[in-house]
Amino acid sequence: MKKLLSGNEAIARGAWEGGAHFGAAYPGTPSTEILENLSKYEEVLTEWSTNEKVALEVAIGASFGGARALVAQKHVGLNVAADPLFSVSYIGVTGGLVIVTADDPGMHSSQNEQDNRHYARAAKLAMFEPSDSQEAKEFTRMAFALSEEYDIPVLIRMTTRTCHSKSIVELGERKEVEIKEYQKDFQKRVILPSHARKLHVEVEERLKKLKDFSNNFEYNKIEWNSKDVGIIASGVAYQYAKEVMPEASFLKISFSYPLPDKKIEEFLKGVKKVIIVEENDPIMETEIKAMFPGYEIHGKDMIPMINELNPSIVRESINPEEKKEKVDLGDIPPRPPALCPGCPHTGVFYILNQLKAIVAGDIGCYTLGALPPLNAMDSCVDMGASVSNAHGLDTVFRKLKGEKKRVVGVIGDSTFFHSGITSLIDLVYNKGAATIIILDNRITAMTGHQENPGSGKNIKGEPTKEIKIEDIVRAVGVEDVHVVDPFDLKNLKKVINDAIHTDEPSVIITKRPCALLFRKVKWSPLKVIPDKCVGCKICVRLGCPAISFRDNKAVIEPTLCTSCGLCADVCPTDAIVPVDESGTNIRDYWDYDEHVNNRDKEVK
Amino acid sequence: MELQSIIICGVGGQGILLASDVLSDVLIDAGFDVKKSEVHGMSQRGGDVVSTVRYGEKVYSPIVGEDEADMILAFERLEALRTLKYLKKDGKLMINDFKWDPLPVATGTLEYPEDVFERVKRKTNNIQIVDAVKVAEELGNIRVANVYLLGVLAKEMAVKRDIWESVIKRRVPEKAVEVNLKAFDKGYSGN
Repeated sequence: MKKLLSGNEAIARGAWEGGAHFGAAYPGTPSTEILENLSKYEEVLTEWSTNEKVALEVAIGASFGGARALVAQKHVGLNVAADPLFSVSYIGVTGGLVIVTADDPGMHSSQNEQDNRHYARAAKLAMFEPSDSQEAKEFTRMAFALSEEYDIPVLIRMTTRTCHSKSIVELGERKEVEIKEYQKDFQKRVILPSHARKLHVEVEERLKKLKDFSNNFEYNKIEWNSKDVGIIASGVAYQYAKEVMPEASFLKISFSYPLPDKKIEEFLKGVKKVIIVEENDPIMETEIKAMFPGYEIHGKDMIPMINELNPSIVRESINPEEKKEKVDLGDIPPRPPALCPGCPHTGVFYILNQLKAIVAGDIGCYTLGALPPLNAMDSCVDMGASVSNAHGLDTVFRKLKGEKKRVVGVIGDSTFFHSGITSLIDLVYNKGAATIIILDNRITAMTGHQENPGSGKNIKGEPTKEIKIEDIVRAVGVEDVHVVDPFDLKNLKKVINDAIHTDEPSVIITKRPCALLFRKVKWSPLKVIPDKCVGCKICVRLGCPAISFRDNKAVIEPTLCTSCGLCADVCPTDAIVPVDESGTNIRDYWDYDEHVNNRDKEVK
Repeated sequence: MELQSIIICGVGGQGILLASDVLSDVLIDAGFDVKKSEVHGMSQRGGDVVSTVRYGEKVYSPIVGEDEADMILAFERLEALRTLKYLKKDGKLMINDFKWDPLPVATGTLEYPEDVFERVKRKTNNIQIVDAVKVAEELGNIRVANVYLLGVLAKEMAVKRDIWESVIKRRVPEKAVEVNLKAFDKGYSGN
């Protein structure tokens, strides 16, 4: 049977067909849908882990236990999991262990363009690079067996395009594999220096054997055609090159570490010159040039290193004379993403902007609070960094320069569970005094609403222990803790203002479900009374997509307004009235306890 | 048959991904090799959305380069202009006559260009402007606007109407089938 599948769906399918027993991940674009789809197969147990390091460690445990396990994460997620990654390379596997890294050339949804093919080299692991969904499925299926045969964790390198593009896949059946009997193996799994020295020898031996595998792997394939130009390409770059250079000979690299040296040599000897088409870093180029000096090999002298490729970039890079004249279409206003209408984070950033606080931010939807008109974030580094960056800033201002406290760290609920907790312990332990605001919207929103330890449900939507953020915060020693409603702007402002004027660490938890999670509440769009509107634009500063400004008056788009009422709160002339036609104050539709506590009844 | 590339673009929330899912299903049922590409993530937060569908005997790249798309179906005026760089010279451009202010326009920092229809002529004169909101309102269901627009696109393609009908029946809830088929036919018949 054939089906149109995204690369992510295909990886889940391949894992299922390949007999996977277990899957774990922390959500991150473009990898999120891999585990979402894997969780739909009954035979596979899955979990959202608190972060990528935990996910990999749980999967390593599952492998020790004899099960076939898959972990998936975005490229920067593998940085978080890098510590166990390097250890498990030496230790090896019992049940097959497959690790998917989803890179993001072009940075559609990421903070950098790192090329995780480097990890295969650095950690000495096998790597597949699928170029479409069919290969994503096949290679994942094969990776489990390869992992067990060579006693090695196997990396599958995807990119945004291979993850999110859909192409036709021939579906197969699941091959059931028995979970292996547990056997204690102290010298292999306890990575003491004395053990690791022996294991390192095996690691190097393993790579030599894998080179033979790479040379014999049918998907590392030479496609002879014109001998004038030969293209070496992997991943989706192969598809781009194949489209624009149909007359060239190709060496398609599908298993990219270790590289198939013999096939490469055969290919180099068969063509006049070679162009290596690879996205981002010149990894194959560097290795191939080092292996085979004396051949005419092109790569990054033609193909750009920055940004993702596409067919016309590849065409124009190889044949600059084909560059077409661009038609000038004039200036086009950008359409930046924005916090949604009714977003519970909006009011927090509005107030932080008013208070002119120094704000260390974090990764999530709420990073958009950095953009105009809210302009309420000074930095964003990585998951969990808000708390530790704020502590560093506060240390300089308060302790080294003797200034008053004015630093705030802002972090989401899921990010706090991911890696904010250890930072908060550091802050308390080292007598920090920054104010930390935890934006608890009850879900991992940015990546498309995944459950997290605070939402009371697991990946399958089944009820589980809800871990309360305020309990954690108090347990690590913060005494000044507030749980507030972010729609109550007046109280929110007072609590934040008080907190940043004390000399002790304080945590404010703003609790409201994500606006997109709660569509079923009755709402009644707010209206602007034109005669009362003086055109001061204060409501516009909320950055709410439902509010626009025309003919010197604010206008509210009724199809977008969720009646959160923030604009009515900030309007200085009462031109926006939070009362609907029936005379009911819209606040009554947003009853806090009902909204927060009964979320589960309303969702889905 | 030569490789064909269609882009559907607009603003997050306009039903673009559903429309391109229907289009892909139709092309698979019509016997083509199909690849479809879009980017998830930030675009879900009111940003622009671009979905590319490519079909033919054999498709390699899931995305299309600049000046290479055969047709663009734009659900919003400004997004037509933003995506136009991908259209072939004198390729077919279908624009839904609908304006959705991006945030910098809504806040009064930038102006929404009034001359979109003039500017697009720098790239193509093969333009069709339709009003999907009006048609959908006449049919009493604003949510069928995207299926009407698919009808407009279908008119330009050599795929039998039966296939479109069977995919729409499969893809939309049973009670909405009739109104969606009506909307499709409005676009397909061009009146």
